[in-house]
Amino acid sequence: MTTHDVTTGAVAWPDELYDLLRRANVTQFAYVPDAGHRVLIDRSLADPDVHSVALTTEEEGISLLAGADLGGARGVLMMQSSGAGNCINMLSLTKGGRFPLLMLISMRGEFGEGNPWQFPMGQAVKPVLEAMGVIVLTASHPGEVIEVVSAALTMAFQSGEAVAVLLSQRLIGAKKFA
Amino acid sequence: MARPQQLQVNPLPTTILDRRDVIPLLIEKPDDFLCVGGLAGAAQELTAISNDAPYVYAMAGAMGAATTMALGLALAQPKKRVLCVTGDGELLMNLGALATIALMNPPNLTIICVDNGHYGETGNQDSHTGFGVDLATIAGGCGIPAVLTINTMDDLPEGRRLVREGNGLAFILLRVKEGKPLNNGRLMQPSVGRTRFREHLLGHA
Repeated sequence: MTTHDVTTGAVAWPDELYDLLRRANVTQFAYVPDAGHRVLIDRSLADPDVHSVALTTEEEGISLLAGADLGGARGVLMMQSSGAGNCINMLSLTKGGRFPLLMLISMRGEFGEGNPWQFPMGQAVKPVLEAMGVIVLTASHPGEVIEVVSAALTMAFQSGEAVAVLLSQRLIGAKKFA
Repeated sequence: MARPQQLQVNPLPTTILDRRDVIPLLIEKPDDFLCVGGLAGAAQELTAISNDAPYVYAMAGAMGAATTMALGLALAQPKKRVLCVTGDGELLMNLGALATIALMNPPNLTIICVDNGHYGETGNQDSHTGFGVDLATIAGGCGIPAVLTINTMDDLPEGRRLVREGNGLAFILLRVKEGKPLNNGRLMQPSVGRTRFREHLLGHA
């Protein structure tokens, strides 16, 4: 459970974000499931015009989206912060091949985290991605999600960069632990 | 003390095929496909039999990338047939990719795993398949609809049919002896490979 429910309509940004990605002609949605991406995943599953690809590990998505680019398609890779570490060596392909990449990472192990297991990777996401040449942007408030992801789309698909947008727990809510 | 042991369950037949003989026969005309070659032997072989063609994306790193890269390409280009050639070492590093690919079931993708039972590029150490791990059983268990093991030349016609005429996702385990792949050198710049592949396919980088 998150501290707020994205299905109530009180939080509109996940649906707006899906529409933004579709307007940008993103057609491959790849993910290891996480609660923070539930709306994007469900909408991709319900959308007959996109491929919705469930992965067993996040690094599959790095190479999947490089293959999509070879074929002239655009994709987005969604994961929880714990999955960022699983991508590191595979980012050699992204950087060496100068493949565009857009990652959306729902954060754990930062703002308000109550599970100590989440901190080591959560706190390491930004430095390790940056060490592999990925540009890291952060969205912390509902009002800035669309602006930040719009910027990331331009940087990835117009300029050809690898860009990750971190969706902070401040935005998506810290998971409650008893 | 513990060390890797030869598996005694369902022992596989001794390998007799030479990859340099059988791969050109199995693929025959690489220009009928968009090709992704996993690092080392598979990439060298695709490069050699295609005469370094732009429709081959050949890797020398990013171990584990080939199968899912081919999936992304197959989904993006549903009217083209995509051929992924990988090795046992690379596939062992990312077995879950077979499960991911089976669920997506792209009808235009064939995966050939050239299984020599060794890490040929790093000093020819035994791989897990050399001890008896059967990647075809794993592929079938993942749900890939057409799975074939090629042990002898007698198995080759069915393999050629799957590569060429198969109207569906297929996995071919090509079991070969130890030994060097065909190798006339390969492009070592991954960004150049991307640019020329896209220019060939899309008409722009």
